[in-house]
Amino acid sequence: MLREGDVRIPSGCAISGIINRSGQVFSGEDILQSIALMHDRSNGLGGGFAAYGIYPEYEDYYAFHLYYEGAEGREQTESYLNYFFHVAESGEIPTKKTRSIKNPPLAWRYFVRPKPSYLLEEENEDEFVVRSVMYINAECKGAFVVSSGKNMGAFKGVGYPEDIGEYFCLDKYHGYSWTAHGRFPTNTPGWWGGAHPFTLLDWSIVHNGEISSYGANRRFLEMYGYKLSMQTDTEAITYAFDYLVRKQQLPMDVAIATLAAPFWRDIERMNSEKRALLKAVRAMYGNLLMNGPFSIILGSSQGLIALNDRLKLRSMVAATKGEFLYLASEESAIREVCPQPEKVWAPRGGEPVIATLEKRGVQGYDTEYEYAGLSY
Amino acid sequence: MKRVYAREEVCMGCKLCEVYCATAHSEYPLDLVKAFLKQKMKPLPRILVEYNLSISFALQCRHCDEAPCTKACITGAMQKDSVTGIVSNDERRCVGCWTCILVCPFGAIGRDNQGHKVASKCDLCSNVADQTDTESFSNVPVCVQNCPNRALQFMDSVVEGEE
Amino acid sequence: MTLSMNTPDFLIERNRERCINCQVCVRQCANEAHGWDAEEEKIFSQDALCVNCHRCVTMCPTHSLSIRKFPLEFRENANWTASTMKAIYKQAETGGILLTGMGTDRPYPVYWDQLLLNASQVTNPSIDPLREPMELKTFLGRKPEQLRVINGKLAEALPPQLELDLPIMFSAMSFGSISLNVAKSLAQAAETLGTFYNTGEGGLHEDLYKYGKNTIVQVASGRFGVHSEYLNAGAAIEIKIGQGAKPGIGGHLPGEKVGVEVSRTRMIPEQSDAISPAPHHDIYSIEDLTQLIFSLKEATNYEKPVIVKIAAVHNVSAIASGIARAGADIIAIDGFRGGTGAAPLRTRDSVGIPIELALAAVDSRLREEGIRNQVSLVVGGSIRNSTDIIKAIALGADAVYVASSALLALGCHMCQKCYTGKCNWGIATQRPELVKRLNPEIGAERATNLLKAWEHEVKEILGGMGINAIESLCGNRLMLRGIGLSDRELNILGVLAAGE
Ligand code: SF4
Ligand code: SF4
Ligand code: SF4
Ligand code: SF4
Repeated sequence: MLREGDVRIPSGCAISGIINRSGQVFSGEDILQSIALMHDRSNGLGGGFAAYGIYPEYEDYYAFHLYYEGAEGREQTESYLNYFFHVAESGEIPTKKTRSIKNPPLAWRYFVRPKPSYLLEEENEDEFVVRSVMYINAECKGAFVVSSGKNMGAFKGVGYPEDIGEYFCLDKYHGYSWTAHGRFPTNTPGWWGGAHPFTLLDWSIVHNGEISSYGANRRFLEMYGYKLSMQTDTEAITYAFDYLVRKQQLPMDVAIATLAAPFWRDIERMNSEKRALLKAVRAMYGNLLMNGPFSIILGSSQGLIALNDRLKLRSMVAATKGEFLYLASEESAIREVCPQPEKVWAPRGGEPVIATLEKRGVQGYDTEYEYAGLSY
Repeated sequence: MKRVYAREEVCMGCKLCEVYCATAHSEYPLDLVKAFLKQKMKPLPRILVEYNLSISFALQCRHCDEAPCTKACITGAMQKDSVTGIVSNDERRCVGCWTCILVCPFGAIGRDNQGHKVASKCDLCSNVADQTDTESFSNVPVCVQNCPNRALQFMDSVVEGEE
Repeated sequence: MTLSMNTPDFLIERNRERCINCQVCVRQCANEAHGWDAEEEKIFSQDALCVNCHRCVTMCPTHSLSIRKFPLEFRENANWTASTMKAIYKQAETGGILLTGMGTDRPYPVYWDQLLLNASQVTNPSIDPLREPMELKTFLGRKPEQLRVINGKLAEALPPQLELDLPIMFSAMSFGSISLNVAKSLAQAAETLGTFYNTGEGGLHEDLYKYGKNTIVQVASGRFGVHSEYLNAGAAIEIKIGQGAKPGIGGHLPGEKVGVEVSRTRMIPEQSDAISPAPHHDIYSIEDLTQLIFSLKEATNYEKPVIVKIAAVHNVSAIASGIARAGADIIAIDGFRGGTGAAPLRTRDSVGIPIELALAAVDSRLREEGIRNQVSLVVGGSIRNSTDIIKAIALGADAVYVASSALLALGCHMCQKCYTGKCNWGIATQRPELVKRLNPEIGAERATNLLKAWEHEVKEILGGMGINAIESLCGNRLMLRGIGLSDRELNILGVLAAGE
C-alpha cells in the first residue's frame, strides 16, 4: 500500500486548542482530556499535539523533532545537522510504553542553530531552516521532521490522540498554548509522519476537513519551492500561511482574507480602500483560497488563530474564561476542561478567532480583528 | 393604436411574412401546405415585400387616422373601426371598383381577381382571429409573429401626431 | 472547354408533397442552388452549388428540404479516400492551393473528451449553486512578485487588469472576415455579460467605439486600422503572432470583401486585397517582441494590459516562457482546432498541436520557472461547451477564448465556406443583403444566452466538486482523470488515469 505522501487520503477529524494569553504555562493534561472526549471523531489511525513554551531553556534554538524508521536515516540526518548547524543538545524524546501504541519510530530531538557561514546571501536563519527541513524530508531515508520551531514541539503518531499523548508523557510538559488533533482517515497506511499537527518553523496546524482546492493550492505553493511531500491539506495550509506571512510579508489579516476570502458580493459593499485591497488579494493569491470544508487552528509562538471555511462547512466552537481561550470541534470538549466558561460561541464562516500572547503585544499578529473575547 | 412597423435594416427579403399572411387569410389559416396546395384559389398576401438587392422591407396598410380609402369607397365597404382603429374591407360589400387602390397613398391595397373581384388589404389579422378562434392571432399579427429576423414590429405609433 | 471531374458534395432533397413554391429557399441561397423555373412554375435545384449550410432548410416554412451527402461512391479505398481524390481533381483543374474556412475537420483526438471531472462524496460536501454564491470573477493581467500592504492599505495598485465576470471571452475575429453585425452582436453580448470581445486585425468600426471598455483591440502583422485612438479605445491590446488554424501563415482578405466600411476601418483602399504578412516584419526575435509590447504600453500610457497571442506549435512552452519574460501581461494560446475565416486547407489540417496538450505543457513550464502567477493564460481553439472550459481551467488556464461556438450561436452551420464571402447566415460576408440577415439584437441575445447557459453549467459542476470560486479550480489537475490515454499523454497533461 502507498503511504501518506504518495497518495492523497481524505479524512475527517477532531481538533482542540487552549491558550493562556498572559503566557502562563500549564501542563498537557487539559488538552489531553479535551481531545479524549472527542474519541469518536477519530478512529485510532492518527493523533497529535503541538505545544508552545515547553523548552524555555532553549528558547533561542530551533527544536527539531525527528522520527526515524531506521538507523540509516538517523545517520544521514545527524551528519547533515552536525555539518550545517551548531547542535546545543540532542537526545531521544522520552516515551512511556503503552499497550495501544504499536511500532513507533525512533523519536529524537535536537536543539540547533544554523552555522552562519552556510547561509546563502540574503538568506536568514528561518529560511535556512525551512530549506533544511525540506532537504531532510526528501533526501534522508526514513527520516521525518516532525517540528522545527523555537520553544515548541509537535508530538504525533498512529493511535488515538489520548494514547499518543500518554506515550509522549505530555502531562510532564508545561506550555502556554496547546493544540490537539484526532484523525479519522478514510484509509491509511498508518505512517507516523502522516499524523497531525503539521508544522513548519513555529507554525503548527491542526485541521478538520477536506479542501477541494487542494490541487490548485498545491501547484501554486510548489512554484515557490514548497515540496508537499505529505499530500495533506494541513501541509498546504501551513505552507500557505508561511508563504503569505513570512515570504510575502503580509499582515495576518491579509493571509486570513486570502485563505477564507470574503465573497465578491461582500467585497463590493466595502469602502473603496478595503475593496481595492481585497480585490488585489484575490486577484494575486486566488490560488491560495481554501475551498471546501475546513476548520483549523493555527498555532505559533505569537498565539492561536482559529478559522473556518467561508461557508462554515465544519463545526468549531470557541469559549473564553479569564486569560484562557478554548477552541474545539465540539462544545463538550471545552466544557470537559472548563465547565463554566464566561462566553461560548460558534464563530462564523471565514471569520477568525484570534488570541495573541499579551507579552507579544495585543497586535502580535498585526491584525485588525479584535481579540475574540472582547469583540463579541 | 398599435401598428406594424418595418425595420428595413434587418429585413432580409425572405417574404415569409407574405407566406404566413396569405395562409392566415386563406381557407386553411393554420395549414400552410393545404392553403397553398389544396385551395383552388391562390392565397394572396396582404403584406408586400419591396425588394431590390440589399434594400427590402415589408409594406402593408398603415390604418391611417384619416383613411382616404374609407372616404373614397363607393359602397361603404371600406371602414375604419372607431374602437380599434383598424381599416378593413367588408368583402361582401366590396364591388371591386378599385377606387380605394387609386387613393391609397401607400399602395397598400391589392387586387383579388380570382373570384368575386375585391380589394384585398391588411386587417391586422382581426378577421383571422374571429375565424380561427385563435387567441394568439388577435394579439400579434401573423406577419410579425413569423418574421424570423424581427424586421416587423407591432407597436404604438411612432409617428408624431398619429393616434 | 475540358471535362470537369468535380462532382457534387451534397444532394438537395425537396419533398414535393409539402413544397408550396414560396421560393423562400430561392431567395435565401446565396449560392444559387435553388432556382425558380417561371415557365414550369416550379422550383428546381442544382446540387453542385450547395455547400450544406442549412439556411434553406431552416427557413423553409413547410420543412420540405433536407440535404444529404451526395450518394456517389468511388470504389472503396482506405488510402485513396473520396476527399483525397476530389482534392486532386480540384487542384488539377485550378492549379491553386486549396482554401477552406473554420477549424480542422480531421478526426484528431479531442483530449477534452478524454478527461473526466471529479465530484465530492461524503468526505466533503458538494455546494448547491442555488443556495451559495458561486464565484467566477477572473482577473487577467500581470501580477507583481509581491503585494505591498502598509497599515492595512494597498501600497501600490496592481498593474492594469481585465476584470471578467465569467472566464469566457470572445476571441479575435476581424471586421472584414466577419460582418459588422457579428461584431455588434458580440460586443453587445460582452457588455451584457461583463466580459470582452476582440476586434481581430480588422480595426474598430466607428459604431463599436461605445463598447470600448469591453473591447480587446488587436495589433497584427498587417497593422490594419491601427492608430492612436484605436489603441486607446479598448481595455487591452492583443499582439497577434499566430492563429491556431494557420500557424506560420498570414492573413488574406480578398478584395471583394473590402467594401466602403471595411476599407475605412482598415484604412486601406476599397476592393484591394488586405494581406497580413506571415511574420510581423518588426519582430524577428524575442527582444523585438519586448520592444513592441513596450511601444504599445507607452502609446497607451501603461494603462492597458498587453496580450500576446500565439498558435500552439511544437515548442509552445518555451515560446510562452519567452513571451512571459518579454513583458506580456497575458498569453493567449490558440490550438490547432481553432477556426479561421480563410486558411490553406493543408496548413489548417496539419500544422500545430491540440490546445489541451499545449496548455498543459505551458502551464507546467511556467510553474517550473516560478512565473505562472505573474502572467495570465488564456486558451482557445475549439472550446465547445462548458466542460471544455472547466477542463481548460483545471489544466491551468485562467480563462478561455471562444469564437467558433459564438458563431454557431449566431447561426453558423460549419459549412467551412467562410472564404467565399457568401455566408448565407450573414456572418462571414460583407454583402449587405446577406449581412442584414443577422440582426445584431438577436445575435447579442443568442451569444449572451449561450454564455449564460455555460455559466450555469460551470457553476453546477464546480458546486459538485465542492468549489465555490473559480480560482480554486485554476490549475487544479487533481480534479481531472484521463481515460483511454497513453502514459505519455497523461504525463504531458499532468493528470492521473481514471481509477488512480
Ligand atoms: S419575413 Fe421579415 S425579414 Fe422576411 S421579408 Fe418579411 S419582414 Fe422581411
Ligand atoms: S397584419 Fe395580418 S393582415 Fe396585415 S399584413 Fe400582417 S399578416 Fe397580413
Ligand atoms: S422554401 Fe420550402 S416550401 Fe418554399 S419553395 Fe423552397 S422548398 Fe418549397
Ligand atoms: S447552400 Fe445552403 S441555402 Fe443553399 S441549398 Fe445548400 S443548404 Fe440550402
